[in-house]
Amino acid sequence: MSAAIEARELTRRFGAFTAVDRVSFEVERGEIFGYLGANGAGKSTTIRMLIGLVAPSAGAATVAGHDVATAREAVKASIGYMSQKFSLYLDLPVIENLAFFGAAYGLEGKALRRRAAELLERVGLAGSEDQTTGDLPGGLRQRLALASALMHAPPVVFLDEPTAGVDPVARRAFWDLIRELAAAGTTVFVTTHYLDEAEYCRRIGLMVDGRLVALDTPAGLKRTWVPDRVVVARGSRLGAAERAFRATPGVRAVAPFGAALHVRVDPAALDAAGVAAALARAGAVDVHAEDAAPSLEDVFLAVVGADGRGGA
Amino acid sequence: MTEPAAAGPALEAIGLEKRFGAARALAGLTFRVGRGELYGLVGADGAGKTTAIRALTGLVALDGGEARVLGMDPASPRVRERIGLMPQQYALYRDLTVEENLHFFSRLAALPRAAYRARKERLLGITRLARFEGRRADQLSGGMYKKLALACALLHEPEVLLLDEPTNGVDPVSRRELWELLYEFVQAGMAIVISTPYMDEAERCSRVGLVHGGRLLLEGRPQELLAASGQPSFEELFVHAVREGRA
Repeated sequence: MSAAIEARELTRRFGAFTAVDRVSFEVERGEIFGYLGANGAGKSTTIRMLIGLVAPSAGAATVAGHDVATAREAVKASIGYMSQKFSLYLDLPVIENLAFFGAAYGLEGKALRRRAAELLERVGLAGSEDQTTGDLPGGLRQRLALASALMHAPPVVFLDEPTAGVDPVARRAFWDLIRELAAAGTTVFVTTHYLDEAEYCRRIGLMVDGRLVALDTPAGLKRTWVPDRVVVARGSRLGAAERAFRATPGVRAVAPFGAALHVRVDPAALDAAGVAAALARAGAVDVHAEDAAPSLEDVFLAVVGADGRGGA
Repeated sequence: MTEPAAAGPALEAIGLEKRFGAARALAGLTFRVGRGELYGLVGADGAGKTTAIRALTGLVALDGGEARVLGMDPASPRVRERIGLMPQQYALYRDLTVEENLHFFSRLAALPRAAYRARKERLLGITRLARFEGRRADQLSGGMYKKLALACALLHEPEVLLLDEPTNGVDPVSRRELWELLYEFVQAGMAIVISTPYMDEAERCSRVGLVHGGRLLLEGRPQELLAASGQPSFEELFVHAVREGRA
């Protein structure tokens, strides 16, 4: 049984610029695979090669066993794709969007109607068939876009920032759908800038400047990239104290997380109490500090933000 | 300051009402933002955040209530030069370079040449776009494009700045840089209203208003709201408040 997606030294150059640089990975059937990186790191270009929209400059890839360069029609039939700006017809009723995408993949008549009804039920839009798509709130429109991408029951789906700009309630509901989909055997390749969502992925690839620099499970990434102790500090005037606090021996990185600070420290030099004391000396007030498990955002900052601002 | 109401709130939304057909986009929305304050508007899709921001910039004819900016009608020409807006779909000139876009917007704001040069240098430094000064806007990544849009909106250093989801699609590192920039301006006295779907960003505002059905469900300092709610995180607070608001 071959992998659902396989990339071997996949490369894409635009003129002198290398957008994707010798990227290799395999995604197993039924896996939720997260593909993360800064804006411009090469995530979307990778997806465009995998779905046959852009030809690789070098290297090769297969999706559902089909070569993306030589079997583009077979690839197209095997995948669903939801882009950052989902392509729905806003002036059409919900059901006609599904009918349009279903017909584009050769579904018709009773089979099409049955599949549309089944998907509307699954994404929570049953009863909204005749509503104008443009009148749906963003979260529901996003689910309709997912349903459209699933009409032909593809074994592999590519979701490019499917939750950008979506509120937390709708994001949670959307990820419930994705997990159901994967549990039923569909392979999901997803990009996101919400690192809390990335925790749902079985494995994550991290892109920096066109190269895949890390590939592991969320837990593995945390062990490898954030071996330091992570201390979460809350209190008042943390922002004002931050600059002076950074000079504390043993402090490796400081980054705001919401109203708190995440501090990565050398475990041999500092503990949570030491962090609290140093922050107080730097001018913070009412400081509470405690050890915390590293998050994927700590990993992201360690890998991507290695410029002295976010990273160590 | 000789302008009227210099001591009053920078921005006031007083009982804003707006209907679009049968939909009530704004249903008595009221909040005030002071100078040096960063006010976050959070809420589910369709809650009314964008309409509120448009109303506060004089772009929406209200069915009721009143919006005031620096004590004046937001549509008045005297407000125009003191307010900045970054809508969700920010129209930069895609066939112009980073520098050319900045230059264009500086001329729109009638910024003197010397002031333009100084501010451009500073904004390019902060956004770390200096290396890309000659790159066309349509060759920028999503995050870089957003940063350029923000730089253009900040060029004339408005006293009041409204940002409608400026960090959607922006990666976590760039998002942090944009927030550092916002803090700098707020510390210098700017009043900022920002809408965001990111709850960690909501937590970093001076105050937040949770919008639902065109009015505020909750308002206050994020840490105080969180403590009063008994929820473990701001995201849980949001999810619960919205569910209760719907019920």
